[in-house]
Amino acid sequence: MLRYLWRRLLHAIPILVGVNLLTFSLFFVVNTPDDMARMQLGVKRVTPEAIEQWKQSRGYDRPLLINPEAAGTARFTDTIFFQHSVRLFAFDFGRAESDGRDIAHEIATRMWPSFAIALPVFVVGLMAYVSFALMLVFFRGTAIDTGGVVFCVAAMSVSGMFYIIGGQYLASKLWHLAPISGFGDGVGAWRFMVLPIVVSLVSSLGEDGRLFRTFFLEEMDKDYVRTARAKGLGEARVLFGHVLRNAMIPILTGAVVVIPRLFLGSLVLESFFGIPGLGSYTIEAINAQDFAVVRTMVFLGSVLYIAGLILTDLSYTLVDPRVRLR
Amino acid sequence: MMAGIEPVMLWTDALVLALLVVVAAFAWWSRHEEHLRAPWRRVAASRSGMVAATVLAFFAAVGLLDSMHYRVGTAPAAGQGGATPARSAGGEVLSVLDALATPLRMRTERTFSAPFATHAHARETLTLEDGSQVRDFPRLRHGGAHLADPQRDRGPDIARGAARGIAAAALVWTLVTGLLSFVAARRQGVTVGQVSRAIWSGRHPVPLRAVLVTIGIVLFVLGPLLVLSTQYHVLGTDKVGQDVFYLTLKSIRTGLVIGTVTTLVMLPFALSLGIMAGYFGGRIDDLIQYLYTTLSSIPGVLLIAAAVLMMQVTMDSQAEVFDSVARRADFRLLFLCVILGITSWTGLCRLLRGETLKLREMEYVQAARGLGVGHATIMLRHILPNVLHLVIITTVLGFSGLVLAEAVLSYVGVGVDPAMNSFGTMINAARLEMAREPVVWWSLASAFVFMFVLVLAANLFADAVRDALDPRLRARLTAPSRQGSRA
Repeated sequence: MLRYLWRRLLHAIPILVGVNLLTFSLFFVVNTPDDMARMQLGVKRVTPEAIEQWKQSRGYDRPLLINPEAAGTARFTDTIFFQHSVRLFAFDFGRAESDGRDIAHEIATRMWPSFAIALPVFVVGLMAYVSFALMLVFFRGTAIDTGGVVFCVAAMSVSGMFYIIGGQYLASKLWHLAPISGFGDGVGAWRFMVLPIVVSLVSSLGEDGRLFRTFFLEEMDKDYVRTARAKGLGEARVLFGHVLRNAMIPILTGAVVVIPRLFLGSLVLESFFGIPGLGSYTIEAINAQDFAVVRTMVFLGSVLYIAGLILTDLSYTLVDPRVRLR
Repeated sequence: MMAGIEPVMLWTDALVLALLVVVAAFAWWSRHEEHLRAPWRRVAASRSGMVAATVLAFFAAVGLLDSMHYRVGTAPAAGQGGATPARSAGGEVLSVLDALATPLRMRTERTFSAPFATHAHARETLTLEDGSQVRDFPRLRHGGAHLADPQRDRGPDIARGAARGIAAAALVWTLVTGLLSFVAARRQGVTVGQVSRAIWSGRHPVPLRAVLVTIGIVLFVLGPLLVLSTQYHVLGTDKVGQDVFYLTLKSIRTGLVIGTVTTLVMLPFALSLGIMAGYFGGRIDDLIQYLYTTLSSIPGVLLIAAAVLMMQVTMDSQAEVFDSVARRADFRLLFLCVILGITSWTGLCRLLRGETLKLREMEYVQAARGLGVGHATIMLRHILPNVLHLVIITTVLGFSGLVLAEAVLSYVGVGVDPAMNSFGTMINAARLEMAREPVVWWSLASAFVFMFVLVLAANLFADAVRDALDPRLRARLTAPSRQGSRA
């Protein structure tokens, strides 16, 4: 098990190197730092000195890959590639281009509001969608099932932004149940968190409910279900005792992989509700064209995704005794 | 001097055209291939699928009209006839839809007005004829401007317009029904009366009754809207006074282009790499797997954001290439499709790799290899046709997701150009208006309703296609255990 984990971690390295090379070429080779400086300073009335200064203050005045003027290892370390891409591996993210703040510190403080919203959504959502799908499967072939599927297809055809805007309008403006947006510290924060959580729960009910229903239906045709019925088990026992446990495998594949990414938060949700999490941090960076922050978030996103993949494999051993990791 | 009309082919227009050619060629090619036609016949027999296809056809018609662009410029001086001007200066790039909707496009108000309003949405200080000033709702420049007394005349006038629209719709619907029945009768070699009875009693193999009812509903909604839109702003106007109905119609093309051109971009990657990875295995498989694992490990929105930000830098440093707003917006739309395609080919690629791994061991592939058939030929002739159902299902299922994604990306600020009409830009511009008092709801409502109808139709059609094409589902639907499993 530990050996397996170790091997998986080693496998992750080339992928992260690939992500790193990709972002490096996207951010520094496709456009030179000069282009970026011109964009940040405004295309018109920009002097070469201003560009130089902009580059120098952000450390972009180094050569791209090899520094011929430096001696020893500094030939390779005193370059943009090393200073701005390789250092990401040590989680040394540098400073934001727009306001010069320490990115690592910002991430460490802003990931918690994101997590506070995303975790309840994840846990409650998983339980709610599984129960909803089980209910549809229990009533399969009846009008309840048909109606449920029609509802799901309609619900997943609605833009996610509609749920947010509609939720804000109904709950905050008409009924005055919750504040329209914002975030608080400590205990008072729950008042701000309820609406975004409920909205994002509702917005993926259609898609996930339908997906889980197909997982359950797929299991219903298996031989062990027929055996269970032949033994005289009731519908409820078959569903909860057998089908649910076996259908957990495909459900887990999709669910566990997103757990690490819960810290990243949702861009749109956080921006609409003014939650100071990583999602709104990313949006602010995009709007301010802060390439350093976007670069960091790309790297962080793929690190968390790979962590999710490893977690998924580990969780298999828990739910499926046939899986042995070596 | 007279205004000359010069056709303009924007990048995305060319790709939409290419897509149409590909689909038409595929249809022509599969005309005599029974195994390719059979699944589509099943799609044609599905009621929800055909209803959805009918609705999609209306959207596609609007999108196509909006994809035929031309430029109105000053014509070259007489005598130069035939020689096209290198660049007709300053001419605006318009589409056929723009030309058809000229009254909608030109009659802008000053700011917000509600649907069917005759007066503006907010009070302004008006100067009366005697010089005194009052605060009141000013009359709109165009909405209901022909009415002498809006309070008294507006209701009856709208009713008259709606009645004219319904009458026109009824006429068109009767014509369509007649034409469809005639064509169906000719194909089956029976009389029109027999076919009509079959259609209306629901016995026709293709659910034409549902299709005709759908066409009827769409026409009866559209007819009055179109007739009334010449004298009113049927869906209101937005902040700068543009007609929301026109904006919504223009947004349809953007959504369709994103949904289809992205697929066109993605297919070559997914097909070639997926099949190659599964067929060759070994090193090539490792490399391709590494490629798509790396790409899919980056959160899609972030990769798109990074690429679009970088593209903006490039476009700014080469501003002279993009001579007009339309070209600039179009290039950005194309780029968005390309980058969406690059982020979305990995799923299909993984699917195709898995399927090819299985197919590679099939007897007919082994036999072909034993007979000395080349690798390329085996992949093209023996593997590709057997994974096509996966390709079609995935692309059709992906369409609705892409339409929804456009709105989100435009909101985040990495979507289409702000100058381009799209559901995303409409929602983005209008979302703050919900805080106004009284609420300005019509921009948001029309963007969401049109997007909902489009995506719902796409989803239903995709389901019908999947049910018809997926051999696994088909086997399950016909398996006897299915009937017995209901306790």
